[in-house]
Amino acid sequence: MLVLQGIVDGILAGALYALMGSGLTLVFGVMEVINFAQGIIVVLGAYFTYTFASHLGVDPFVTLLLTIPIMFTLGYAVYMLLLRPIKRDRVIMSLLVMYATAVVIEGVLDLVFGGTLVEVTASYGTSSVHLGSLDFPNVYLLAFGLSAVLLAALFWILYHTKFGRSLRATTQNLTAAKLVGINVDHVSALTLGIGVGLGAAGGMLFGMTTPFNAASSYDLISRLLVIVILGGFGSVWGAGVAAIVMLVIEDVVAVVWSPVWGQTVFYLVLALVLMFRPQGLFGRRLARAQ
Amino acid sequence: MAVAEAAPELLSPAEIDRAFRDPFSPSKRTRATSWILLLAVLTAFPLVFTNPAVTSIGVFTMFFLLAVVGWNIFSGYSGYISIGHAVYYGFGQYTVALLIMHLGITSGVSELAIVPLAGLAGAVVAVPVGLLVLRVRRHTFIVLTIAVMFIFQLLAFNFSSITGGSTGLNVSPPPWSGNDYNLPFYYIALGTAAIGLLTSWAVRRSKFGLGLLAIRDDEDRAKGLGIKVTRTKLIALVLSAFFVGIAGGLYAIFIGQVFPQFAFTPFYDLYLAVFAFVGGLGTLSGPVFGALLLGPLQQYFELQFGATTLYLIIYGVLFVVILLALPRGIVPSLADRYRSFLAGRWRRAEERRGVAGSGVTAGSMIASAPGAAPAERGGS
Repeated sequence: MLVLQGIVDGILAGALYALMGSGLTLVFGVMEVINFAQGIIVVLGAYFTYTFASHLGVDPFVTLLLTIPIMFTLGYAVYMLLLRPIKRDRVIMSLLVMYATAVVIEGVLDLVFGGTLVEVTASYGTSSVHLGSLDFPNVYLLAFGLSAVLLAALFWILYHTKFGRSLRATTQNLTAAKLVGINVDHVSALTLGIGVGLGAAGGMLFGMTTPFNAASSYDLISRLLVIVILGGFGSVWGAGVAAIVMLVIEDVVAVVWSPVWGQTVFYLVLALVLMFRPQGLFGRRLARAQ
Repeated sequence: MAVAEAAPELLSPAEIDRAFRDPFSPSKRTRATSWILLLAVLTAFPLVFTNPAVTSIGVFTMFFLLAVVGWNIFSGYSGYISIGHAVYYGFGQYTVALLIMHLGITSGVSELAIVPLAGLAGAVVAVPVGLLVLRVRRHTFIVLTIAVMFIFQLLAFNFSSITGGSTGLNVSPPPWSGNDYNLPFYYIALGTAAIGLLTSWAVRRSKFGLGLLAIRDDEDRAKGLGIKVTRTKLIALVLSAFFVGIAGGLYAIFIGQVFPQFAFTPFYDLYLAVFAFVGGLGTLSGPVFGALLLGPLQQYFELQFGATTLYLIIYGVLFVVILLALPRGIVPSLADRYRSFLAGRWRRAEERRGVAGSGVTAGSMIASAPGAAPAERGGS
């Protein structure tokens, strides 16, 4: 029964990680940028929700109407100002630039909010739905629901809009996309905006499920990176599946063994998988040149 | 075929150097003099500025210098950017702390005497880590090194019976004070950094180093040319881990405490990469400049604004500005400026002489100038 509860917890939390990771993998797919700032973006989103919810006195879900546009603009601006000028060594340079950006955001958050752990609270937050002996916390059910809705919206954008088609074309072949007249910079900036926006939405849910401070971003980004590698860089589907698989494994280990080892297993699974499939579970073949 | 039996005629590195000598680069003597001058300045520094607050900034800078030079031996030359060298740093710290604790060492000199073991520990752990992470390339490699670093941090938290978990380990500091405390660390780190630099130089000039550069340019082709790529990369990683391990060992004794979150920290990983990048990746002097410029700055900001996280903001903004302004790093950017200045001066002088009837045209000289050499090599 413990194992079953672990699986349930894992699936519910996995959907949330899929949401946060989708932004990361999408951005990578389009512009080969490892957005090291995604962790702090999630935390920033959580702090926005925390601030709006406590000052405006509205439900955390309503704050998304403010948070997502703000974060989208931030992502668009970051691409245009910081990533577009990079011409050489894109992969590592953009990683370092995004890291520096993350450090700045972390510094600002720490300055404004201090280091104390806070949590986004809602009236329905503490109760849960019982089904037999299984426990479904309300917050996680809502998180699962919102993640599913947002991911569905993302897929609709990707496969049913002109922008989505441009985005997929850019992912497949940047040069060819340019040749057929796609404004690659605009597409990239919009993609970073969407990625950051999704991260912020994940942040609101993260803030409802876990106490956080600015330093939480390191744990978050390392987990998200593991999920994204396992899913295969650039594959949104892969990230989703990997998130659920990993969180189920972690939660099962945590309930049958101990929470500290649950986290370690998370990384050990990555090492094991990569020994046999260096391109991740759903990734394309690796690029030829080093 | 009989021809295949005979060893191919390979140019020695010295011959290659001669063939591709860059007419506008400083002469050997200028280089050697600059290095000796730099060493003299660094040696004299703590004797001139005797304020312990200043010398301790010097100590941290030397620790960074040592580690960045080590980092560059692997990541700079092979092009595999490791954001996980804190693994060797942390391993060095724990090795020293545990040895001092269990052997009951108390005298400062014998504490420092076991620091080489920290380097050894870093080098040993680099073998299994390398065998795992070197299976993948480019972005996956970068991210995997980060993940491995977090594995080690978690292991340090989890095996609390050995590592003390989150309470950490205490290292009884040597019974010295003020500058007597700082100077031994400063000079040991400086000396090891000098050894690291010599190693880096030897690697750069060896056939082994050429193998690393070939891997950086095109790994599959390097493999096709008969370079044992995995072995080459692994040896470079082990060498580089040795120096980072020593930096960790020295740091643990200097600070007197080891914690999982500070031994295996993503900050350290990124500092090394940024310092090397700012100086000039894969060059001999780049990491030195990077560490000497940014190391003290980082320490200064942390001391000045460390009470709040304002220093993070300043530092982050500074990073972004430097990375965007000098994308290739300080050393290559400045070297290019200097070369085009020299070439321009040379061309003007040649044009003046051209009036007097010289047979050589500026164009023919430029063709053998630095930029042209790699193209010739690629074509042959």
